[in-house]
Parts: sequence; C-alpha cells; structure tokens
Amino acid sequence: METAIDKTGVKIGMWIFLYSEIILFGGLFVLYAVYFHTFPEDFAEGGKELNRIFGTANTLVLLISSFTVAASITAVQRRKKGQAIGFLIFSLLCGLAFLVNKYFEWGAKFHHDLYPNSDLLLDSEPGFNIFFGLYYTITGLHGLHVIIGMVLLSISLGLVIRDKVTDQRYAMLENSGLYWHLVDLIWIYVFPLFYLVL
Amino acid sequence: MSEHESEHILSYGFLAQILGGLVVLTGVTVGVSYIDWGFLNVPIALFVASSKATLVLLFFMHIKFEGMVIKVSFISTMLFLAIMISFTFWDVAFR
Repeated sequence: METAIDKTGVKIGMWIFLYSEIILFGGLFVLYAVYFHTFPEDFAEGGKELNRIFGTANTLVLLISSFTVAASITAVQRRKKGQAIGFLIFSLLCGLAFLVNKYFEWGAKFHHDLYPNSDLLLDSEPGFNIFFGLYYTITGLHGLHVIIGMVLLSISLGLVIRDKVTDQRYAMLENSGLYWHLVDLIWIYVFPLFYLVL
Repeated sequence: MSEHESEHILSYGFLAQILGGLVVLTGVTVGVSYIDWGFLNVPIALFVASSKATLVLLFFMHIKFEGMVIKVSFISTMLFLAIMISFTFWDVAFR
C-alpha cells in the first residue's frame, strides 16, 4: 500500500528546529561579542593559550565528515547501499576523532590550571576568566551536539543497513545530515573566534 | 510530491569540490590570523567564516535546491540573529 509522505514538510520541521539551535548559539555569540568588546586584550591573551594545531585539525575533521555525510545521501539516492554505509561509518569515526581530540585539548588545559573556578583563573584578569568561561560553555555545548549528531547518524546507519532508509524514503538520514552540518556550521564560527583571535 | 520537485542528486565530484573550497578557506583563515590587521582582525575572520558557512548551507545543507519556504524562513532567521546581535551591541557599545 502506498503511504503519502510529505517530504518537504518533514524537512521544514527539521529546519525550524535548526533555527532554534542557531538562536541558542547566537545568544552565546552575543555574550562573546560583548565581552570581547569590553576585554579585547584579555581575550587575545586567552586565545594564545589555545592550540591552533588542535583547532585546525578538528576543523578539518568536521569539514571532511560533513562531506562524507552529504556523500552518503548521494549514495542512498543512487541505491549504492554499501557506499552509503561506508560513508556513514567514516563520518562517525570523524566525530569520534573530534571528541578524542577535544578530550586531549581540555585535558591539557586542566593540566595548566585553566578550568572553571581554578585558582589561576580566579586570580587572573576578569576578561581572561570570562574568555575561558565562554570557551568551556560554547565548546562544551558544541561537543554535546557532536555526541547527539553521532547518535542520530548511528540510528540512520542502522536504518540504512536494515533497508529502512532507501532512495524512496531517506528523510531520517537527510535530517540527521542537516543536524550534522549544523554542528559543522557552528564550529566554523567557534574556531576563528576562540583559536585565532590575536 | 509532484515530479518537478523530485530530488536533486549531487555528484561525489561536486561535493568534493565544495570540500576542497572549504579546506582552502580554512587555510586562508589560519594564514591571515598570523598577520595583525589591527581592527580588521575580527571582520576578516568573520568574513572567511561566513564564506565557509555559505558553502556548507547552500550545497551540503542543500538550501540552494530547496523551495521558497525553507529559503525565506532561513533568511528571516538570519535577519533575526542580526537584529539580536546588533541591537545588543549598540546598547553595550554606547552605554
């Protein structure tokens, strides 16, 4: 029996959710902008503490995973199930690599006494403390989104394997992909604002 | 779903080109960050970031091939975000 599926409607629903995510992170970027305006020197000082190599590596990992997620949709549309599974597994590994990278990055910061409420931050300039407060809030919330994105992609992967996602019906994969691209999109702004401020 | 809005399939090659563009722009943003452009530092960083975001939105997120509803609602969200950021900023900057 033929069931009518409103493909556009399903996608619009996902986009409306993504708009709320954009405003959520937008609010945090407003905070960043205002404090950057008040404490430009302290922010530059804070940015120098962050490792550009880690930041750049994570940027590339996310960009490549975005590409493979987009490619997995192409594969599904072309009925290449094996390729779609390969692309999705690779994307999940990229997400894992991002998180492992982040773990080492945060670990190194903790090691240097740069964590919320540490003696070093409490004794330093207020702007320096605020910079790291925002750093942990924004990258933490972003990291949470990476984890949620990986869960959504894993579910989609399962559906592809079980032939529940096909070239006729792939809204789940498409919407998980949109979520994953949003995670990438936010990182595109986080990276220069935190790692590259002079 | 009517025939004319049947899905648009993006080839691997095309997607790889977009990825190439994104990687080049990442190189640009890291490269220019080693030079001190004075007050232009942040605008340059944001301009490159927005170029990358545009590529992701248009092609990876498929906005270029969507209907009016998604295009218009997305632009409205961006306008709202711009109002949110700029009005807060005006308040703080001229206090």
